[in-house]
Amino acid sequence: MKFRAKINDVGCLNHFTRVVNTITKLTKACVLRLTVNNVYFVLSGKVANGGVSMWCELLQVNFFDEYQLEGVSADSNEICLEVAPENLSRALKTAQNAKFVKIKLTKKHCPCLTLAAELPSLSSVSRVVTHDIPVDVIPRRLWHDFKEPSMPDFDVSIYLPPLKTMKSVVDRMKNLSNYLVVEANLSGEMNLKIETDLVSVTTHFKNLGNPPWADDASQGGGQSRPVEAMAHARVDIRKLQQFLNGQQVNPSKAMCNIVDQRIVHLILLQEDVSLQYFIPAVA
Amino acid sequence: MPLSTQSQSESDEYILVASLDNARNLSNILKAISFKDHAIFNATQNGLKVTVEDSKCLQANAFIQADIFQEFTIRQDVIGFQVNLTVLLDCLTIFGGSTVPGVSTALRMCYIGYGYPLTLFLEEAGVVTVCKINTQEPEEPLDFDFCSTNVTNKVILQSDSLKEAFSELDMTSEVLQLTMSPSHPYFRLSTFGNSGNAHYDYPKDSDMMELFQCTKTQKNRYKMSLLKPSTKALGLSCKVSVRTDSRGFLSLQYLVRNDDGQICFVEYYCCPDEEVDEE
Repeated sequence: MKFRAKINDVGCLNHFTRVVNTITKLTKACVLRLTVNNVYFVLSGKVANGGVSMWCELLQVNFFDEYQLEGVSADSNEICLEVAPENLSRALKTAQNAKFVKIKLTKKHCPCLTLAAELPSLSSVSRVVTHDIPVDVIPRRLWHDFKEPSMPDFDVSIYLPPLKTMKSVVDRMKNLSNYLVVEANLSGEMNLKIETDLVSVTTHFKNLGNPPWADDASQGGGQSRPVEAMAHARVDIRKLQQFLNGQQVNPSKAMCNIVDQRIVHLILLQEDVSLQYFIPAVA
Repeated sequence: MPLSTQSQSESDEYILVASLDNARNLSNILKAISFKDHAIFNATQNGLKVTVEDSKCLQANAFIQADIFQEFTIRQDVIGFQVNLTVLLDCLTIFGGSTVPGVSTALRMCYIGYGYPLTLFLEEAGVVTVCKINTQEPEEPLDFDFCSTNVTNKVILQSDSLKEAFSELDMTSEVLQLTMSPSHPYFRLSTFGNSGNAHYDYPKDSDMMELFQCTKTQKNRYKMSLLKPSTKALGLSCKVSVRTDSRGFLSLQYLVRNDDGQICFVEYYCCPDEEVDEE
């Protein structure tokens, strides 16, 4: 197993840092899956993390100037590491103005991702900051947990409203309630609702548009769904808030798929990054 | 938009309808009195009065006159109800309470009557939020019986001068002592904290002093914990009138200018700290 990569460009470094920061806001621990073409951050929906799962995909060539990977074997040429994204994010923070950053899989006292940043120096002596981030190498027999989640058989798919607006609404609703109902239909309408002993609040978003795949997806046993019909899911408001707070990548497209009373599937797309986040519905 | 397409019959049901182009004109002034959850609302032809109380020793009132609202329709002489103020403030600022010019939340507040919720319609950039806040039986607000004819001492100050003093007050002191006198030290704030005593004196001919009417030397102590919430109102205001009556009760009246330059008032009443016999 071998992995080494290098980022020279400050733009790429900032972009990579933003992605890692976003992941940090979403989860304390996740799996870093490295393949020849892609880097993935994966969280599989375990009960321990409230059933939330995450899938973040980066095209390696868009971030790294050098990228060498030798997987566990020739036929499964990839590496899976369990890592605390916060450590990675902290290491990248010190590397903000670095001339270059090298990331390497090393064996110290334990397996580590070693991040070395060469910082600008006024003298001829170079200044290199090195971080050893402990990781767990995940054996091959557990890899099946970290495969790309299949697109759920959703009832409604809709574009999200401006995330900033959504964030302030969800932040306020969080003060009032622990659970929130997300509902949407195929005519571009989405509602966020809470209801408690003291207050009921509903925010109505309109004209959001539905992504084109919703048209040809034949759902509900061949019967097309009435456009006005709402699919809804009641979710833990903190999970949604986490997703909206962590958001640092400024996506070109933001979408939400709802499987009625089962799951909310959020997707953020940027040219070279995609982030999917699954929040299970609660009764 | 529900704001404009409210059917006539639905509007008729309401005994109170109040609309604002900028919800901040209401939320800001309510923040100035938000130190307890329960707020008593009292609406008359003149406008809205919101009262919050603590420990039967402190009362804060915010007055929002009818002409501050773009629409203010009331179909009874007096309407009273009580709501949770923290909840109301979260609802009013649901879109973040943006201070960016040109972006504001429009508000329409409706009430059908006793037993019904207070309904808020909020709209910003085409997004509409409907809030139904459950109302409670209104409690009778305390009557501090603070009568202008019994006022012993009165000063009006620019708020900035008092803000500075309040931000530097020694919060380890349990009380704030207020001395008002026709002779030296005229107007003095004193604290008695862990690290010693401190006095703030304002000369009566200071630029910050707009009015100085003290007839008798008075020295009264007020619990710091009770006065603390009033700093919220101080921060928003441009002028403050400080008055004490013959019983030593304190009245603080704040003049608050909103985003549109209109004037509202916030008023705090506070009981003096009971005197303990010296041993």
